[in-house]
Amino acid sequence: MSTRTLIHLPKSARRGDVVEIRVTLAHPMETGYRNDAEGRRLPRNIVRRFECRYDDGLVFAADLFPAIAANPYLAFSCVATETGTLSFSWRGDHGFAHTESVTLEVT
Amino acid sequence: MTTTRRTLLLAGAALVLRPAVAMPEEMQAAVRAFVGDARPWPDARITLDIAPLVENGNVVPLTVEVDSPMTGNDRVTAIALFNERNPQTEVAVFHFGPRAGRARVDTRIRLATSQRLVAVARFADSRVAQAAAEVIVTLAACVES
Repeated sequence: MSTRTLIHLPKSARRGDVVEIRVTLAHPMETGYRNDAEGRRLPRNIVRRFECRYDDGLVFAADLFPAIAANPYLAFSCVATETGTLSFSWRGDHGFAHTESVTLEVT
Repeated sequence: MTTTRRTLLLAGAALVLRPAVAMPEEMQAAVRAFVGDARPWPDARITLDIAPLVENGNVVPLTVEVDSPMTGNDRVTAIALFNERNPQTEVAVFHFGPRAGRARVDTRIRLATSQRLVAVARFADSRVAQAAAEVIVTLAACVES
């Protein structure tokens, strides 16, 4: 199954601007505390870690727990310093891993 | 202003209410795991913005922000969120790199029932501070089914 993500940030920014970044990942974030119709415990399946890097420097990271709602949404910010690549990566249970990259142009 | 019966009563109420700020043991342990030996004091620069009355506990929008210049000792390096009454006390831990610019995060969380949330911020000089918010939930996040 392909992984769907939504990443919102401006295409370009002025040097020194604080840019807002919003990311959403399509993921059930199954808590591990729910049962199915037959009363069997549904195994936990969550995203445990999100990282945003800007030319390999860490901008923002989040350790997530089952209390994060399905389709985890995060909005954070970043200082635009130079034109470069922002990479977004999610890692989770059962070997879940996904990475996306976006170029930010700085003028 | 003279000391009236009303002001005395208010002072008394404030004294009685104080122990209610105490955290349940599990939450205390989780906060201690995050802050170590430091003691987080309430700080008005931390805002934990969440609707006081929530209809659907499955998706609760929340914003946590620390009013910080993000330089020197005042730079916020991490913010942790804790809850009182979900099956697990931790909600999330957010880490801010030197390029984060602002100590602010929006996300959406689950709440199993009406409870108190606590945000603990850690600064670059390893100082810690906290803020709390009370939330009433009418439809809980489904824990059972």
